Amino acid sequence: MADKILKKLNIKVWRQKNASSKGKFETYTIENISTGSSFLEMMDILNNELIEKGIDPIAFDHDCREGICGTCSLYINGRPHGPDTEVTTCQLHMRKFKDGETITVEPWRAAAFPVIKDLIVDRTAFEKILQAGGFVSVNTGGVPDANTIPVAYEDAEESMDAAACIGCGACVAACKNSSAMLFVSAKVSHLAKLPQGQVEAKKRARNMVAKMDELGFGGCTNTGACEVECPKSISITNIARLNREYLVSRLSR
Amino acid sequence: MSKFLAASIGRKFLMSITGLFLVAFIAVHLTLNLLLIFDDSGELFNLGANFMATNPAIKIMEPLLGLGFLIHILWSFYLEFQNWKARPVKYDKKNMSGASSWASRNMLVLGALVMVFLIIHIINFFWVIKFDPHTMSTIVIGGEEMEDTYTLVADLFKGSVAYCFFYILGGLLLGFHLSHGFWSAFQTLGLNNKYWMKRWQAIGYAYAIIVAIGFAAIPLYFLVKF
Repeated sequence: MADKILKKLNIKVWRQKNASSKGKFETYTIENISTGSSFLEMMDILNNELIEKGIDPIAFDHDCREGICGTCSLYINGRPHGPDTEVTTCQLHMRKFKDGETITVEPWRAAAFPVIKDLIVDRTAFEKILQAGGFVSVNTGGVPDANTIPVAYEDAEESMDAAACIGCGACVAACKNSSAMLFVSAKVSHLAKLPQGQVEAKKRARNMVAKMDELGFGGCTNTGACEVECPKSISITNIARLNREYLVSRLSR
Repeated sequence: MSKFLAASIGRKFLMSITGLFLVAFIAVHLTLNLLLIFDDSGELFNLGANFMATNPAIKIMEPLLGLGFLIHILWSFYLEFQNWKARPVKYDKKNMSGASSWASRNMLVLGALVMVFLIIHIINFFWVIKFDPHTMSTIVIGGEEMEDTYTLVADLFKGSVAYCFFYILGGLLLGFHLSHGFWSAFQTLGLNNKYWMKRWQAIGYAYAIIVAIGFAAIPLYFLVKF
């Protein structure tokens, strides 16, 4: 089946020169976009046209373009990663849009994710949270034999489900409070469910939550929007686990 | 402790604990209030009200309950203010209805409306019973003289259609607030996992519906019958 052509689209996009400038919306018109192209391909085509007109191209984050690196972002028509479910923006296709539509494209909005330029935000806050506790200590020595550490099948599955988090920040963007709880809970959970993660377990939740608060993320009010908008469908049951780990470690001393 | 309450999860811990305390209170309150519609002579409700007014355990619980309400309400404004600060630049276009329920996104609005209801509700009944009892008539049941609380309540509903609708609305608002608040409290306390998620939500919805219908039924009963 041949892809249809969207004859005309209006792209209302956030333009901001740098971190300190004010920024505003600009609307560009783009013609003849195949419904088979990805959203980022549409942005590439738009940027080509802008360059030909002598306009500064729109800056946006992208890397692997196959939905696994977590680099692409974009708040499209009021939703992180746009109107499709369980996909990143690079995996979002133009068939999800109507001919003649005005598509609003905004950067993630959070105090902890300041805009650097146009649609690119600084997500190093996530890295700082990981540095605060999202690691395991590994001693040097011989490589242990596979299967010497028994892990229950269900624990391994839950750990892997949490480890699917690509750290894109859609949870923060989707949350009405700009809370990073889904991200932090995924990073705490995938280690908490495995024996290797037990060494730092007591301190991990404490340190990561303290860092999360310090960086200016909001609090969780359990709306569940993060789980729905997460491209990897990370469950909010991880947040319950994070709360549990945190409260136990707090109340134990 | 101050460090615990300064952390985001600690702050929410206080909301959950006070919230569940208020949930327990509502269950007791609704149970006693339903006596209003099961005995038109008012004897049953007056006995219940008199038991609550003279019970020493309730005397101890009363200031605690006030404190619970105060913490839950004041803390919620503080928490919401913290959350507003986390997004200084707002989105131009938002489409959140598919990803979360309206009640979950508007707990502060629902809570504030319930608070307005609560203030008027306290002025209507609690204030009169507590500080202005000489304006109430008394009744003798089983040889004991007590304040006729039934007449106080019944007269308000019989005398004003507007108050009836106001109290029906109050019940419904509380129900919406609980539809998110109940399971959310257990989630925040960490007492949740993939099995209990659906169970807590089902129990929470059931409780919210019982509370909404239960409280709304009382003014509705007076509205229809008298």
